[in-house]
Amino acid sequence: MQDFWAAIGEAVALIAAMNADLVEIIGLSLRVTLSAVAVACLIGLPLGAVLAVGRFPGRMAATVLVNALMGLPPVVVGLTVYLMLSAAGPLGVLQLLYTPTAMIIAQVILVTPIIAALTRQVVEDLHREYDELLRSMGASRSGTVATLLWDARYSLLTAALAGMGRALAEVGAVMIVGGNINHVTRTMTTAIALETSKGELALALGLGMILIALSVIVSAALMGLRSSAARMAYA
Amino acid sequence: MRDMAHNPDSDGIWPVELDGVVFEAPGEVGAKRLIDGVSLRLEPGPLTCVMGPNGAGKSLLLRLIAGLIRPSGGEVTYGGAAEAGKNRIAFVFQRPVLLRRSVAANLDHALKTYGAPRAARRGRIAELLALGQLQAFARQPARVLSGGEQQRLSMVRALAARPALLLLDEPTASLDPQATAAIEALIRQVAGEGVKVVLVTHDRDQARRMAEEIVFLHHGRIAEQAPAARFFDQPRSPEAQAYLAGRLLL
Repeated sequence: MQDFWAAIGEAVALIAAMNADLVEIIGLSLRVTLSAVAVACLIGLPLGAVLAVGRFPGRMAATVLVNALMGLPPVVVGLTVYLMLSAAGPLGVLQLLYTPTAMIIAQVILVTPIIAALTRQVVEDLHREYDELLRSMGASRSGTVATLLWDARYSLLTAALAGMGRALAEVGAVMIVGGNINHVTRTMTTAIALETSKGELALALGLGMILIALSVIVSAALMGLRSSAARMAYA
Repeated sequence: MRDMAHNPDSDGIWPVELDGVVFEAPGEVGAKRLIDGVSLRLEPGPLTCVMGPNGAGKSLLLRLIAGLIRPSGGEVTYGGAAEAGKNRIAFVFQRPVLLRRSVAANLDHALKTYGAPRAARRGRIAELLALGQLQAFARQPARVLSGGEQQRLSMVRALAARPALLLLDEPTASLDPQATAAIEALIRQVAGEGVKVVLVTHDRDQARRMAEEIVFLHHGRIAEQAPAARFFDQPRSPEAQAYLAGRLLL
């Protein structure tokens, strides 16, 4: 128990001193996560909107697939991306394995279904409300999608943050495709796993505290945003 | 006063004709006909009120005219064409459907959807705000306005494209007398500017105040169509007589 409290003390000291390794790991984690979420939004938001508004054969099957992909096992995604990017794989020529880009690719695959599925639900609900109005105005399909995405923006931010939570906490896939290389592909989660296995609890705990703090900050920002949106009847 | 609602270029839709129009609830084979063989000709001019008891098919008829739903049988034509063309017909719903944006942004969205160039939008928004007496609320979120203000916004938004035909589905159904009077004044103004107005109402007093022509629906059929004065003084159909006498219509 004494070790635990000592480790906590050391972790707090590392954070307070803005330890260079700690800062580097946090920076890389945020870079990978934010990049992955941005790309996943670019794919997932229009995809979810099209599934909500579009009327085409296979729409139901596509919806079921996207929903099912929300539960993709990260290690399977990591393994698949690893096989694609490895020297013998179809994308091996790009030499992306064990780079932050490989980690971003893996996270995009994990996060896009979450954002697309949540977007579909949100946009479908809003479409039900706006449908007759937009049709009476002669809105085009693309205009309808743009209107729905903009008016659902606060709810969609929740979807993006849910994706961010998944990406930030993810360890299996980024470990496989990133390799957890010091100063190159070491993120908060992979560092925690490594340091714990080495018995170096201080850095692991410090990173854990930062992860939890980030999660609290994101949740608080979300709540603040949603309550101000609700106040303006924009939510 | 400048004509703020009517666009003479959009008059090519006349007459709007419904020929033996039938509407059945989709997916229900052999279901009851909700609109049952309605033939109706709408021309520019008199303000037409569609009246009838609950479930008569008033709102469905309006949606059929607007092209929001397709008839199961018969046809709706606009100047002989199957489509009315963009921006010719505007619709105001019983419950205002407002975007999650400011009042001005709601109008801007409508103008953009109608294809108004950016340079023209700002001036037109100011005109529409003035028409609906909504200048003070331009920057406010639309959905926090009172019911009457929301419906005035819906009205002027519908007029943004200067339609030829304005379809109003019980626009004052949930409003107090003051807000109702404001909406009615707005309706009279746009009708006076040459916009053909078709108003669905179950409020007999409102129909007496507003209508020049009455279309009376019962069980999805037109039971009577007549000038308003004649309809209220001497209704000819037994259904209209019973309705105006306040008797229950089954």
